[in-house]
This record gives sequence, structure tokens and C-alpha cells, in this order.
Amino acid sequence: MMDHLPILPILVSLIGGLLLLLPPFAGIERYVNRRVAALFLCLLQIAVAIALMAKVIDAGPIMYAVGNWQAPFGIILYADSLAALLVLLTGFLGLASTLYSFAGTDREGHYFHPIMQFQLMGITGAFLTHDLFNLFVFFEVLLIASYVLLVHGGGKQRTQANVHYVILNLVGSAIFLIALGTLYGTTGTLNIADMSLKMSTLSEGEQVLAKVGGMMLLVVFGLKAAMLPLHFWLPNTYSAASAPVAALFAIMTKVGIYSIFRVFTVIFGEGAGALSNMVLPWVWPLAILTVIVGTIGVLASPNLRNIAANTVLISVGTLLMAFSIRSPEASGAAFYYALHSTLISAVLFMLADMIGQQRGKAFDRFVIAKKVTQPTLLGALFFVAAMVVVGLPPFSGFIGKVVVLQSAATGLDKALLWSTVLISTLLTIIALARAGTTLFWRHAGESANSEDESASVWQVVGVVLLLMASPIMAIFAGPITEYTAIAALQLHDIRLPVSVLQLQGGQQ
Amino acid sequence: MELLYSLCVGVMTFSGVFLCLRGRTFPVVMGLMMLGYAVNLFLFSTGRLSLDGAAILGKSETYADPLPQALVLTAIVIGFAMTAFAVILSMRARADLGNDFVDGKEPPGRPKQSVSRWSSKQ
Repeated sequence: MMDHLPILPILVSLIGGLLLLLPPFAGIERYVNRRVAALFLCLLQIAVAIALMAKVIDAGPIMYAVGNWQAPFGIILYADSLAALLVLLTGFLGLASTLYSFAGTDREGHYFHPIMQFQLMGITGAFLTHDLFNLFVFFEVLLIASYVLLVHGGGKQRTQANVHYVILNLVGSAIFLIALGTLYGTTGTLNIADMSLKMSTLSEGEQVLAKVGGMMLLVVFGLKAAMLPLHFWLPNTYSAASAPVAALFAIMTKVGIYSIFRVFTVIFGEGAGALSNMVLPWVWPLAILTVIVGTIGVLASPNLRNIAANTVLISVGTLLMAFSIRSPEASGAAFYYALHSTLISAVLFMLADMIGQQRGKAFDRFVIAKKVTQPTLLGALFFVAAMVVVGLPPFSGFIGKVVVLQSAATGLDKALLWSTVLISTLLTIIALARAGTTLFWRHAGESANSEDESASVWQVVGVVLLLMASPIMAIFAGPITEYTAIAALQLHDIRLPVSVLQLQGGQQ
Repeated sequence: MELLYSLCVGVMTFSGVFLCLRGRTFPVVMGLMMLGYAVNLFLFSTGRLSLDGAAILGKSETYADPLPQALVLTAIVIGFAMTAFAVILSMRARADLGNDFVDGKEPPGRPKQSVSRWSSKQ
């Protein structure tokens, strides 16, 4: 059983999702069964992820040959510290989203929980696989699940956003396949570790082809990660989705970021000969611009969900800046920041929904509307979440930003990174202060609504669960940053997967 | 053979991209299909084009790379499912939004005649 540990996180959601479609759980009235099963699956997923992480800490990176076809011919799952950490994060976010959806979102359609499990399966699969074509397949799994989740609940705005989202991602998939074809035609392999070996042995003509393939991969991953100028879909899509779905989507941009880190460190990293770090001249300026555009978006947002979506953009930009520094320290800092920013973006989407429910027609728009029913509860949650997201001490946002800033190299890079991140932080504080003032203090009439619109217990549980992670991440910042530093070292050591996969080192 | 093959892929990609940039959902879905076909052909060619080559060792003089064939099969299945979803979604969008424009509304400043040119009523 323990030998099969790397594939278990995928199997739990796959089999669980399929079971949820069967009679004991399917049907309108059996939603309680579905909820219990979905909760159990999420907890199981977390347990498996923790077991995987414990094993990776204990024994170093482990590989799993699917169907026992050995590398480089078979599909390989490769669990190192980074993959294990992100799988655990996915499970945790899945649990919080599922809990939040118990408040009623999951009853707007019959297939919410099964699709949610398939979505989790796609995300964990993308984190664990070490084969580029398999990465494409898991991308498609998570995308088709996200298409369905996005329209969950229906409505004009969601259909509209989904049309754009689907078309854009279908074109993205086509580009992904062309990139894979080019890379396979040049190197004759799809295994990431094997490709990293072949990359330095290419002739000059083949290098051009490999560069084209690599650049197209950057476009695809940039589209998923919402890197400028491929980010235009993100604010509309994320603010149209229902709250638990948008919260889960917070990790989807991280799938793109993870793929950029993996592919452009291992394949096109230090060992790629003439193609070493070929994407840096592009990613570094685009990352800075992404932060700037995200910050402008936060200032210009007409509602809280839009602010949340634009903070996702800022975090994407910050992560890409840390990627561009290209040192293990910076990568380790980026992984800590990725954990923090995923969790807090999810909280913001959920809070926007809870606040909106109590403000009647105005929902979460920044206009004068009726007073919220529970100003103390929501106000306190919003206040803490805002402090976390802008990075004020004593929460994880502060530590996340500090470690990213400290990792910067000297000179111009450092000046650019510091000024961009700090100015964007300041402007985000202003935008969030304005948002909070309007939402809680500028209301028409003192009387709260007589109807019972108070937040459901499940919603509070979901939000508090995610929000609790922030102080915990701040308290245990020492062990966590140590862990992410090890993860970064494992990622940057491009000989490590080669030896774990027992490939013929460097031979043709 | 190589020239003919690459011309086919190129023309299909061109048509696919052109159709994807149209304003209505039907041409866009057709464009996505075209693009999918072009990509499948392209993937197939990455194992190098060869005649009379079996994908099994020892069955013929030359043998073809079996991996691109497997990749194309996967890509076809996924592309098929995605096209089906895109078709259903555009029908849903037509019903929800009251028109078949990708942006959900008629482009401003567009003369009425060019709209009715495509409708079956005229």
C-alpha cells in the first residue's frame, strides 16, 4: 500500500467523485448523504497528503511508475517536497470550499460535489506528474471540471464569463499540444527529467525548435497563471463564479505558476546549455507589469469580489518576480508566499459573498446600501483578512512578503522588486480601507434587516478554517520556511529527479 | 509528402485562428474544431513521416514511432469532449443572453443589415 502512496491523492478524488454519482448519493433528496461523503473524501485526501508529505520528508523524493512502465517510456509520478506541499494545500482548500458550500451553494445543482472532486483530482495530478503530456491531460481534467463549476448555479453573468473562459482555454490547449509536439519532435521524450538531459545535447538547429516549444509552453502556463498580457479573463471569471468555486479557483493560477517553476527550472534551467534561463528576459518585466496592473485593478474595483480577483493578480506577479530571481532562496520564499496568498485569496472571495448576502440588491458593490445584519462578525473577519492580504504583522502575509523581499539579489533587481511590492502593498491598504468603510459604515438607515439573513454556520466554519491558517503559518514560520527551502533546493537540483527516476545519466 | 502535409497543417491552423477571431459563437466553435484537427495532424507528424512503417518492431522493414499515435488518440478524445461542451455552452449562451455573440451583446455601431445578412429570415 505504501508503495502506491504517490498516486493515492489522485485516486481518492477520482474514485470518490465517481462514487458520488452512484445511487446512494445521487438524487435531489439525498444531498445529506452527498455532503457526508464529500466531507469524508476531503478529510481522507488531507490524510493521504499528510502521509505523502511525511514520507517525502523521511525518504526524500519518491517516484511512482504508473503501470510499472519505467522511465523514460512510462508515465512517472514524482513526489518531491514541493509537490507534496501543494497537494496538501489543495486538500485543505478543497475541505474549506466544501464546508462553505454546505451553506446552500451545493444544492443549486446535483453535481456540485462530484465535479469538485474531479477538479481536485486534476489539480493534484498536475502537481504530481513528471510527464509533460500527462500534465496536459491533468490540465484538461481540471479545466473541464472548472468549466462546469463556473456555471454552477446558472445566471447570465456566469454563462457570459464561461464562454470567454472556455474558448480562451481551448485555444490554450491547442497551443500546449503544438508546444509538446515540437518538444517531442526535437528531444524524443516527454519525461521532464529525461528532457532536461537531452536539452544540453541538441544541435544548433534543434535548439531553435526547442526554444520555440519552450516559449509556447510559457504562453500556455502564463495563460493559466494569468500573467500579463494573458490575464484579462481572470477578474471577470473569478468574480462571476459562486463563492466556494472562486475560492477553489484561487489555486488554479498556482498550477500555472508551479508549471513555470517546474519546467523552466528543470528543463530550461541551468543545465540547458545555450537555452539556459531563456524565458527570464520575458518573465521579469511581465511580472512587474502584472503587479502594477493588479494594483491598478484593486484601486479601480467596483466591488469586493473584483478586489479579491485583482489581489490574485498581484500575488501571481509577486511569485513570478521571485521566480525570475532564479536562486533557491527566492524559490523557497515564493513557495511560502504561494501558500499564504492562495489561502487568503480564497478567504476574500468567501467574505465578499457573506457580506453581499446581507446587503440586499447592492450585494458587494461599493455603494450605500442597507446595513449588514452581523457587523461585528463580518467586520472582524474582514479586518483580519485585510491585514493578512496586505501583509501587516503579525500574520503570514507579513512574513511572506519579508522572505520574498529578502531573497532579492542586489542592484537594480532589488530596487525594482522592493519598490513594486511595497508600493502595491500601500495602494492595496488604501483600497481595502476604502472598501471596508463603505461596506460596513456607509449604510442607509440604522435598522438592520428583519429577515433572517445571518451567515450560515458552515460559511463561518469555512472562512475561519482558512483564516486560522494565517496566524498558524506565522507562528510556525521557522519550520515552514525550512521546509520550503528544502523544496526549493530539490527543485533546483536538476540531477535529483534523474537519479530518482534511474535514468541513464547524460547518455544519448 | 512533407510539403503537402505541412501545407495542410498550415492552412487548417490559419482557418482555425481566423474563425476563432470571429464575433459569433458558431464560427468560433468551428474554428476551435479546425485548430484541433490541425494540432492532431501536427502531433502525428512529430514522430517523423514514414510510409509502410508498422508501429510494432519486427513486422516491417521500417517502423513508425508509436508514441505520437497514442498522443493523437488522447488529444482526439479530449478535443471531442471539449467541442461537445463548447457547442452545448454556446447554445446555452444563446438562450441565456438572447444572441449568439461571443461578447454576449451586439457590437456597437454595427449596421443592422450586416446582422440580418446572416439570419435565415431574409
